[in-house]
Amino acid sequence: MAEEIRLMKGNEAIGEAAVRAGCRAYFGYPITPQNELTAYMAKHMLAKGRTFIQAESEVAAINMVYGASSTGARAMTSSSSPGVSLKQEGISYLCGADLPAVIVNVARSGPGLGGISPSQGDYFQSTRGGGHGDYYTIVLAPKGVQDAADLTYEAFSISEKWRVPVLILADGLIGQMMEGVVLPPPLDPAMFPRKPWAVGYAAEMGRPYNHVTSINLVPDELEAANRARFARYEQIKKELIRYEEIDVEDADLVFVAYGTSARVSHGALQMARTRGMKVGLFRPITLWPFPYARIHELAKKGKKFLSVEMSMGQMVEDVKLAVEGAAPVYFYGRCGGNIPSQEEVFAEVKRLLGK
Amino acid sequence: MELAYGHPKSLKPIQTKYCPGCGHGVIHRLIAEVVDEMGLQTRAIITNPVGCSIWADLYFDFDSVQPAHGRTPAAATGVKRMLPDHLVICYQGDGDLAAIGTAEIIHAANRGEKFTTIFVNNAIYGMTGGQMAPTTLVGQHATTAPEGRDPIVAGMGYPIRVCELLSSLEGTKYLARGAVNNMVNTRKTKNYIKKAFEAQMRGEGFTMVEILSQCPTNWQMNPVQSVDWLEKNMISYYPLGEIKNTLSTATSAAASPEQAK
Repeated sequence: MAEEIRLMKGNEAIGEAAVRAGCRAYFGYPITPQNELTAYMAKHMLAKGRTFIQAESEVAAINMVYGASSTGARAMTSSSSPGVSLKQEGISYLCGADLPAVIVNVARSGPGLGGISPSQGDYFQSTRGGGHGDYYTIVLAPKGVQDAADLTYEAFSISEKWRVPVLILADGLIGQMMEGVVLPPPLDPAMFPRKPWAVGYAAEMGRPYNHVTSINLVPDELEAANRARFARYEQIKKELIRYEEIDVEDADLVFVAYGTSARVSHGALQMARTRGMKVGLFRPITLWPFPYARIHELAKKGKKFLSVEMSMGQMVEDVKLAVEGAAPVYFYGRCGGNIPSQEEVFAEVKRLLGK
Repeated sequence: MELAYGHPKSLKPIQTKYCPGCGHGVIHRLIAEVVDEMGLQTRAIITNPVGCSIWADLYFDFDSVQPAHGRTPAAATGVKRMLPDHLVICYQGDGDLAAIGTAEIIHAANRGEKFTTIFVNNAIYGMTGGQMAPTTLVGQHATTAPEGRDPIVAGMGYPIRVCELLSSLEGTKYLARGAVNNMVNTRKTKNYIKKAFEAQMRGEGFTMVEILSQCPTNWQMNPVQSVDWLEKNMISYYPLGEIKNTLSTATSAAASPEQAK
């Protein structure tokens, strides 16, 4: 039987993928451009007898996730940039308590209230923890509707495996665009085993009482807990780093771009190749952990890099960290909700290659 | 001979970090006694707040979840929605509930979330060292109200009566205010807690017991003075009793108001 291909908005495909991943609880607060996702979850979670709450704020929503996740249930929230800023306190607590969660950021332009058009200005916030204290979240960056569905579906199991929250960093374009999508098979949350670290059903689990908390006032103990978490981060770096490469092997100039700007850069790559210019594309899928080693390897092969972003230049700092001075790193970006066109990216290629 | 009075199973037999005369220890014991009487130790989960009672998870011998300051009702919402057959106790102080977490408590109450809030009102911030709370009485001294709480000239506002504030919300089914400054009030408070827990397990709606409690350290008096101060100053402003009771089912014999007296 042929696979069913559905035409869906990115926001709705993320919602359907979460439902199919066995998400038992969704908590959200309205904000553009992710509103279709919250509405989709309201309709489909309630229809399945699962928990949907339109919370009083993004702050409340992330803390409802904290409570639901404490019981071992798959829990999720979504928002857009200003709302994700409000969630940072809760994300820090999730990380401190080693709780899994899926957080979707359908990012818009900032700072402040900014605009509602697509942006990649939340890269720093997403990849550097975002809230207070020493921690990271796993960050997955989809490039389109299919990718958004696949990564959201997988985010739940990745988050559970590592007990680290997973952030899906999309942008307003990916949330709003419609594309064909093949959806993953539905999982029944009733079939998931109870978590030994969670609260609830202590007698059935035959375990001592569990305390889900991030507090520890003994410096040596807190340091040990942080070091244990960072040891886990090292393991995540070994097992989880993902990226996509297009035409990098013979390339003189490699775009480094994720999400929507990777789609644009792919268009510019094709324009360059038809004109005989050797251009490649390196698209990080995991923004944290970032694929430093592979970029460094490419740098040592003598390639130049052009980081293309919908920001004033954020990921370019990671590219420079990866390259460690071994190759030139350039930046091209638009911001404020503007999306670079493939023509203007191609023009930058011509300038850099002296054509 | 049968042991008539012992240490509750749900409370660990260890010394607490609470100051001499503090009400938290008594309130912990009341909760543990009710949990034991209802046979819910293995089905109980406490969400403990930021404040002195952040240590609650050291003392209660059942599962616990420690959320961010003020977000306790939001986290308790998540816990209870996932585990509706468990007893979820949302333990909050006056700073947690009535200042930083005002939005969370009002909306959890309004949604009729089926957990029980134990609201410990001692009219002061304890853990951070005696700052003015939303429930600090007019004229009461605090490190951030050095001349006493002044609602008019200094614009410090008025003490918030939380039970009364929440009573207009349809989702609230049982709101009672007790105190732990003497034996009679303590016994009544235990009955309010039992009534609230029983209503929770019947799934009736939002239940809360506010408990007026002593903080001798930050009130800068000794424990005996503090129970008198509570009696003379707090109870006249925060009247004791069932502020709202719209529970649909008849009250259980154990929790009837007659027996409470």
